[in-house]
This record gives sequence, C-alpha cells and structure tokens, in this order.
Amino acid sequence: MGSPMKIRAAVKDGITEVKILMGHAMETGLRKDAAGALVPAWFITEVTAKHQGKVVLEAQFGTAVSKDPYLVFRFKGGAKGEKVSVSWLDNKGDTRSDEVEITEKV
Amino acid sequence: MVNLERRQALKTGGALGLWGVFASLGLMPSFAHAEWNKTLFSAKSMNEALDLIGAVLPETSGDIQLNVPEIAENGAVVPISVSSSLPNATQIMVFVDKNPNVLAANFNLPAGTETFVTTRVKMGQTATVIVLVKADGKLYRAAKEVKVTQGGCGG
Repeated sequence: MGSPMKIRAAVKDGITEVKILMGHAMETGLRKDAAGALVPAWFITEVTAKHQGKVVLEAQFGTAVSKDPYLVFRFKGGAKGEKVSVSWLDNKGDTRSDEVEITEKV
Repeated sequence: MVNLERRQALKTGGALGLWGVFASLGLMPSFAHAEWNKTLFSAKSMNEALDLIGAVLPETSGDIQLNVPEIAENGAVVPISVSSSLPNATQIMVFVDKNPNVLAANFNLPAGTETFVTTRVKMGQTATVIVLVKADGKLYRAAKEVKVTQGGCGG
C-alpha cells in the first residue's frame, strides 16, 4: 500500500482540471546507496484516472518520472459533487486508489 | 563520474537473467502487465524508441506547445507541460534524449480529454525534451533543450 494521493478536481466553464500528487520513491534502479549497492528499480508504471467510472486518462510511467509524481490533466464535463478516482500500479505489483469529489473553481 | 555503461550492463544483465528464470518457470513477472510496454520503456536512444514505435522522427509542429525551463538547477525535478490544438489527439509521449531510458512517460487520451498534461521528470544531464503527439493517427513533434546544472540520477 502506497501513501494516500493528494487529488484535486475542479470544474470551470465545462472543463474539469485534475491535479494529482502521488507518494512514491520512483527509484530508477541506477542509483547507488551509501554502501555503493544499486538500489533496485521501484516505480509507478501505470496510472488510470476515471470520472464517474469512465476512463479519462491512462498514463504509463518510466523511471524518469520524478519522485512523488505530479500530474495535471483536463477533461470535458464534470460537475460539482461527481467523483474522480485515480489508481496507480508499480513494478512490484503494489497499487493505490483514491477518490475525490469535483469542486467548482471560482 | 560514474561509469554509466557499466551500470547499464549490470542492470541489463540482471534483468535478462530474471527474464530467463521466469521464462523457464513459465511465469510472467508482475511488472509484465499488458498495458506497460517494457521494451519501449527500456529503449536507450530515440532511434531505438522510434524503431519500436514503427515511426520516423516526425516534423516539428507549431500546434504543440511544450513548456520546459531553459535551465534546470535540479535535474531530479524538471517541470514539463504539453498542450496542443491538433484535432483528434489520442496520445502524448514524453522523451528525454540523453536519459538512460529515453521514454519518460506516455499518456493515452480518451475522447473528451484535453490535449494537455503537466508532470515532472528527471534529467541526468543537459538534454532535449522531445514530445510526440499522435493526432488522427499521425505523429507530430515538439522539442526543447533543457540545460541541467545538477543531474537528477542521484548516486
């Protein structure tokens, strides 16, 4: 289980903007620890975002995505109180899903 | 300066060994998920990545806006923002041409999702960020160099 994501989804003029901050080490597998041993690769490979159960974004990450990945995207539609859910999967098979309600951006 | 080639060889060798073990057991490792293209994410150069995609490097398009810093003091966190007015865009790919694995991220955009994404990537050294956008089945390119004063590969 990863740490909870921070997600904000806000609708304005018929477009919902989703901001996601995931908590993950995103180890490349190329870095060495203090003892000189390679730190094994450990990174998010897939992210899926859904609005009311419908997929609105599918992302695949390589090791080059920064630690604690940050992602912003926008989709048409969305209304206050509707749900946006985000889930990720990493290369060790760990997953995390979180959900927020869309707010109105003023 | 660390010996990148040696580190790469170690990594590749280890990975191949693991694949061999799994193959002999008839098992698929957990990261071999259908959606994640291990081969493409392991591409070491733009040419290799383009070969895997089955494309030649497309012409640059003025209809893609790529926002990256000119100078990144910290290569571990380089903000990247892509947007495009190209109609019927379905995919955005973000590459860093000098990274050990050039493909940083891929985004599939279902109908109704804007051609826009912001994220942050690691850059090991000064390199060119190359973005490919697929629209109406055709690839378009935007590219910008980012000068990195401190590499983001740690170690």
